[in-house]
Amino acid sequence: MKRRSGRDKSKARRTRAGRKVAPASRRTIEQKRVVLLVGTRKGAFIYHGDPTRSRWRLDGPHRLGEIVNHVVLDPRDGVTMLMAARAGHLGPTIFRSVDMGRTWKEAAEPPAFRKAAATENGRSVDYTFWLSVGHRDDHDVWYAGTSPPALFRSHDAGVTWQGIDSYNDHLMYLKWNPPGGGTPDGAVLSSVIVDPRDARHMYMVTSDGGAFETLDNCETWTSINKGVEANFLPDPYPEYGQDVHCLCIHPANPDRLYQQNHCGIYRIDRPSDNWIRIGNNMPKEIGDIGFGIVVHPRDPETAWVFPMDGTAVWPRTSPGGRPAVYRTTDAGATWLRQDRGLPREHAWFTVKRQAFCADDFDPVGLYFGTTSGEVWMSPNEGRSWNLVAVHLPHIYSVVAATIH
Amino acid sequence: MRVTIPSPLRSYTQGRAEVIGSGATFAELLDRLDADFPGIRFRMIDEQDRIRRHIRLFVNREQVVDLAHSLRDDDEVQILCALSGG
Repeated sequence: MKRRSGRDKSKARRTRAGRKVAPASRRTIEQKRVVLLVGTRKGAFIYHGDPTRSRWRLDGPHRLGEIVNHVVLDPRDGVTMLMAARAGHLGPTIFRSVDMGRTWKEAAEPPAFRKAAATENGRSVDYTFWLSVGHRDDHDVWYAGTSPPALFRSHDAGVTWQGIDSYNDHLMYLKWNPPGGGTPDGAVLSSVIVDPRDARHMYMVTSDGGAFETLDNCETWTSINKGVEANFLPDPYPEYGQDVHCLCIHPANPDRLYQQNHCGIYRIDRPSDNWIRIGNNMPKEIGDIGFGIVVHPRDPETAWVFPMDGTAVWPRTSPGGRPAVYRTTDAGATWLRQDRGLPREHAWFTVKRQAFCADDFDPVGLYFGTTSGEVWMSPNEGRSWNLVAVHLPHIYSVVAATIH
Repeated sequence: MRVTIPSPLRSYTQGRAEVIGSGATFAELLDRLDADFPGIRFRMIDEQDRIRRHIRLFVNREQVVDLAHSLRDDDEVQILCALSGG
């Protein structure tokens, strides 16, 4: 009998970019679970959670020895995974997997600047720091942020990458990204975020320029830093020059953004262009310095931060050696310490900006990875914490991907 | 010509420590290596054709810093990785 549809839904299929997509029937039968994608200084590790998020099976290391800044699974297809990597001796690249990490294939054209004229000192990508997917309707579109700060886009699920000239060659580029600045590993571009309502509307941040917005699919860029402190510059409230560590847009209310900055925690409610320092409401003895910030997947009032010591010479460790997450449920008006299960003392680690994340379960699961190689998780929105992994290398990123 | 491949790049050469290459210059040799082993060049040479920081190129045990360096078929080429720290 002739089928009415051209596709047999019981069989796996492949997209144009070669990704294998599970058959619809199997996707609906299987239970939802979390996969943790952990990028470290010595490779990537994948932890497969059971549906209760209480048991985790390690798969790895992947690309052992490569410096892995970010590993991201495409939530739009559930199979395409990209890894931003660079070995100690070798240049940067992007590895791709479409079989949950069983095999990795290198991007045919990783992010790279255009070849400069012989008379110019052309830029080269030192490493890719950030990866994120495009709008849900822009299948196969991905974004990458690099060091030195530059924005790249892929239209084929990470196989080839093109620079976004409107930013990378902007007349203001050297003002926004003064040479010699940035993190100890160099200046970076990160938190590339697409408005879920409008693929042409995006935000991104850099470590020397602050936050930027485009309304026209990366054709033009505007800095959006009003009210954000930059206490390391002569003018502490400049138009640009801030060091944004992490920016989040709220998926349920995309007019609300939170940022963890080098100089505090902020919130903005668009169309306002003025950031409010909600970190002023943190306990004074803890302060509001940190790398990452995580928003609740459904409640725009709720967010979590992981404070670090930003006093004196900036140890960037847990304040007092006593790590804790702080949660707000009123958009930053008040903060609650959440440290049950975490070490009580002498835990001098740091949680980097890509190493703190949430899943979309109810209750929400929270996850963070430490510079001392531990992965912690909370199955109850931060009320208690337990260990998922120990003895990993220095952790750069933790991404919680939901598998259906 | 014989080309020695360092261990960090052998994932591109299916584990081989030595491959046979060709080219009138080092740039040509690298282009042909990349055709045989896609991706290997970019991990040694950046997009501005600069040799990456921890890569060292030798011809008959003499270091080469210019990709325009001429090669002969009987040259012995070594690609080495310098120390890069922990």
